[in-house]
Amino acid sequence: MDSLKQLKKPKEPGSKKEKKSLTLLQKRSMTGYLFILPWLVGFLIFYVRGLIQTIEFTFCNLTINPAAGGYTLTPVGFDNYIYAFRVHAQFKQTLVSSIGNMLVDVPLIIFFSLFMAMLLNKDFPGRSIVRAIFFLPVILNSNAIQAAIELSSTMMNGGVATQATEMAQSAGSANVAFSMDYLIDMFVNLGIPASLLDYVTAAVERINDIIKASGVQIVLFIAALQSIPSSLYEVAKIEGATGYETFWKVTFPMVMPHIITNVVYTIVDSFTQSDVLDLAYNTTLTELNYGLGSVFSLISTVITCVILVVVVGFIQKRTFYYN
Amino acid sequence: MAKFTKMFSDPLERKIALNQLKNILVTFVKVAILVGVGYVIVSPLIGMIVSSVASSEDIYNPMMYVLPQHPGTDKYELVLKRLDYFKTIGADLLYTCSLTVIQLFVCSMVGYGFARFNFRFKSLLFACVVVMIVVPSYTIMLSLRLTFQQFDPFGLMTLINGKSLNMMGTVTPMYIMTLLGCGVKSGLYIYIFNQFFRGLPKEIEEAAFVDGAGVWYTYFRIMLLNAMPSVITVTVFSIVWQFNDTFYANLFMISEKVVISKKISTLASVIANQDKILNVTFQKQYTNAGIILVIMPIILIYVVLQKQFIEGVERSGIVG
Repeated sequence: MDSLKQLKKPKEPGSKKEKKSLTLLQKRSMTGYLFILPWLVGFLIFYVRGLIQTIEFTFCNLTINPAAGGYTLTPVGFDNYIYAFRVHAQFKQTLVSSIGNMLVDVPLIIFFSLFMAMLLNKDFPGRSIVRAIFFLPVILNSNAIQAAIELSSTMMNGGVATQATEMAQSAGSANVAFSMDYLIDMFVNLGIPASLLDYVTAAVERINDIIKASGVQIVLFIAALQSIPSSLYEVAKIEGATGYETFWKVTFPMVMPHIITNVVYTIVDSFTQSDVLDLAYNTTLTELNYGLGSVFSLISTVITCVILVVVVGFIQKRTFYYN
Repeated sequence: MAKFTKMFSDPLERKIALNQLKNILVTFVKVAILVGVGYVIVSPLIGMIVSSVASSEDIYNPMMYVLPQHPGTDKYELVLKRLDYFKTIGADLLYTCSLTVIQLFVCSMVGYGFARFNFRFKSLLFACVVVMIVVPSYTIMLSLRLTFQQFDPFGLMTLINGKSLNMMGTVTPMYIMTLLGCGVKSGLYIYIFNQFFRGLPKEIEEAAFVDGAGVWYTYFRIMLLNAMPSVITVTVFSIVWQFNDTFYANLFMISEKVVISKKISTLASVIANQDKILNVTFQKQYTNAGIILVIMPIILIYVVLQKQFIEGVERSGIVG
């Protein structure tokens, strides 16, 4: 904004009052505050105050008495934490399994969406329809609708008379399980480590969830791929690089910064839909155990933030920035 | 035949033929993957449509596959009545769209403020925006519930009414939060706008300044119009996520008459109680019809904005 300062300068020695008034830079910084003011107020009221209150609630027993117009806090020290970790039947298991699922899902979602984005990036007839279809899961991803869809997903297979469906289902699953077992046996005999196989089979079983969870990521990756200058590909072609080499030497490094954005989005998204937050929600608003619910949500949030920082730091070290 | 022998004898010809074969195979695999994944996404939708139009004879006919023999719209007629569809969807769309407009204005303003002005603690404050994206609203839900259950800013309400205001069951909390830039995923929208405005050339604003436009005039009449790709991106995201949101709707106990996705979850029991349809299979059919009706407007909006949306994401700087 240097040019702006110069423009304004000739006006300044007009009157004496000008000296007291703010300089242009100060004025602009005031305007800047004015622009972000609504958000700043909201952030302080809802987020800062909310986080402080949540931390406070974890150390207290909270009872709401609308008659008196408010709530009362009885300090109980670390009781809620001790209860959550030592007594509560589900919390620890749910927390561990949620985090485990998240760590398994995130790489799968990232690679799947990058792969799909590369397929959708090329021009082919009907591309816009296919892109629309791939964004559908984001539209359909409402809790209420999702639950109903899962109920009705069996509707697809033939007659829906209960018995017929059940028979078809059991027959179908037996069939699938058989061929899966056969394949797995084959790969084990080939000497592929069992842990890797477990991961792959888990991924295949969850393909439905993974597709559902990667709508936004695919859109983001398409955008990232569009922003790679085509001259880089031309150079790679002239130098005689194969498609495989082009991917690892050009495409992958260039989308690396966007992988960070996507990883952050995916982790946050899968955390928001995890079981542990459902547990926190139910404990707080259904069982009305406010202190314990606060402990659940606080602990899981802290753990997620730590994971985020570690993962982002890990990727950032290996990221190549073009500009 | 001569062509084939030439193909196998001449190395160059052979290479070309192999390349063509490879291309065909690659295209085939690509199409197969796209069709397969597309089918996984679309199949529940097809299943729902099929089950919602099928008659009770079809539903018990094991020979029926995808195409029902006696399709009918009777399920839809009843669901339209029980959901009070047009009234509810109208109210819901009004609620969703008005919140989206507020989101657009507030978030673009804040994003612009962060992108173009220098003030103290700017990087710290922007880190707070990122915190807002990362910290899920679950963490602060109890505080939010209490804040709006006993709404009493600076003791003003107690001063006027003698007691605090209970806002549960109304839509006011959502409007207040969105106005203060803390609505559904506001942090993400602020981030998108900030990235986009940072990418715009400064010369536009300097030209406007030289021509005598004030900061606010420049922002509303020039910058916001230039930010159309971001505006469309945020509009689509905001409409979809606001419409689908049940977390805030449950937290603030917003009435079913405004949030139709809450109504859909009780539809089966309403049908069971009022129309004495106790067969679970039939109930599912009605639920499916209800879901189709509920997602219809959102899909229509998306189809209309789809092209601009994808192009908008590509240019809106959402990817950094």
